[in-house]
Amino acid sequence: MTPLGAIAHLALAVLLPPLLLGVIQRTKARMAGRRGAPLLQPYYDLAKLFSKGIVLSRTTTWVFLAGPVVAVATASLASLLVPFGEKAAPVSFAGDLVLFAYLFGLGRFFTVAAALDTGSSFEGMGGAREATFSALAEPALFLSLLVLVIVRQSFSLSGLVGEDQSALWATAGVPVALACLSLFVVLLAENSRIPFDDPTTHLELTMIHEVMLLDHSGPLLGLALLGAAQKLLVQSALLVRIAVPLPDGPEPLRWAAFLAAILALGVVIGLVESTMARLRLRQVPMLLIAASLLSAFGMVLLVR
Amino acid sequence: MSEVLNPLLVLVLLFNFLMLGTSRVAAVINAAAAQGTLLGVAYLAMHGGSGVRALALGLAMIGIKGIAIPRILRGALRSQGIRREVEPFVSFTTSLLLGAVATGLSVLFARTLPLAAGDAEALLVPASLATVLTGFIVLTTRRKALTQVVGYLTLENGIFIFGLTLIEAMPFLVEAGVLLDVLVGVFVMGVVIDHISREFSSIQVDDLTELRE
Repeated sequence: MTPLGAIAHLALAVLLPPLLLGVIQRTKARMAGRRGAPLLQPYYDLAKLFSKGIVLSRTTTWVFLAGPVVAVATASLASLLVPFGEKAAPVSFAGDLVLFAYLFGLGRFFTVAAALDTGSSFEGMGGAREATFSALAEPALFLSLLVLVIVRQSFSLSGLVGEDQSALWATAGVPVALACLSLFVVLLAENSRIPFDDPTTHLELTMIHEVMLLDHSGPLLGLALLGAAQKLLVQSALLVRIAVPLPDGPEPLRWAAFLAAILALGVVIGLVESTMARLRLRQVPMLLIAASLLSAFGMVLLVR
Repeated sequence: MSEVLNPLLVLVLLFNFLMLGTSRVAAVINAAAAQGTLLGVAYLAMHGGSGVRALALGLAMIGIKGIAIPRILRGALRSQGIRREVEPFVSFTTSLLLGAVATGLSVLFARTLPLAAGDAEALLVPASLATVLTGFIVLTTRRKALTQVVGYLTLENGIFIFGLTLIEAMPFLVEAGVLLDVLVGVFVMGVVIDHISREFSSIQVDDLTELRE
């Protein structure tokens, strides 16, 4: 991996996420019979936020400022561990999948801490939900990665998904499919998408991620939104690399296939969001437990 | 053989989880129907080519378990006007976990059995044990008589999967007879449920503890 390649990788991890959001929003608009906002609308929103001033509450401390910054930083770091179009990620070592999971954990900790720092009861509720649901999503994430670890006999993300995936599907199709399904549920839960949370809702009582950002304004809000979008992109990239065998051709072809697959996943998320209703909060743990069971079941199939 | 069979059996097992996890009675019935259909397909995939008898039995399996029995149950569902299993004896999450434990244990147990090489390769025995146990869990933890009938049906599905391993040894007549028994059983239970609900204005099994004239 050349330094230039790593820089390109990182640039993509920062620049691409809003487009993914745009695709999801456009899909939802089309499903609802509307024309929808331009695909690049999230970029305009971010540009608008970054050109605004910041209002800070007197109760907040440096933790409040750190929340969005850490969210963007951890998501960018995590993106370096996942191969996008290339064969191996810029950074990879044995056990980096644990780092991958807990980089997002660190980002989440700071987002929740920033929410608590405002002293608002709504934000505290949002933080509590975020922490609860992500704790339930964690076993599902690890179990589905474990399925791949068993098949590939490798402990780094690049080793898990870098090689030709069609061989993986041929040898252990059913367990890998179960792991992908479980990972998709985790993706929706971790990124506060429907059916776990409605990112466009207007009622603070039912929000999860958005309620934690109520007090952020201007560039801070922009950073928080960018961090969330990056998280969505990076986790989608992991799912895409597991689920879609990229063509074994020249580099540009692989990148094009990767981008197409990511945007297709955006369309799938949009379809899920337009066809499902948000679950009641009490049913959310059930779905996450079911996702864990799916991948655990896949693992049992492998090791029996 | 196991390349075709195993994905089908995994789907059967996933329908077990669906049955344990959902509160909608209609979804439970649909899951049992889909399971029956899948088993019919599995039977055809294994033995469809081996003669008219096998073909007939496979098609009868799909017809009875996939279409006829679900239709009877859906009719009973409509006439009772219930849609959800409210408050089962054991919560849905717990029964889902129980089902998962049962599945895991079935896989472990099946490993210790002295099976023929082909059967050990396929998921047949663990799938059958897990489905039987799922049937037991549904039978014992749900309050609505209708869901319990579906539990009974699942139990029978599990037994049928076990029968798939013995297919050379099991005479056609026995299997056809079992299938007919199940149909008649469900039919009778449908009628009984209908009478119970007319008599007691509910099909909660808790309410059936007292006798009335």
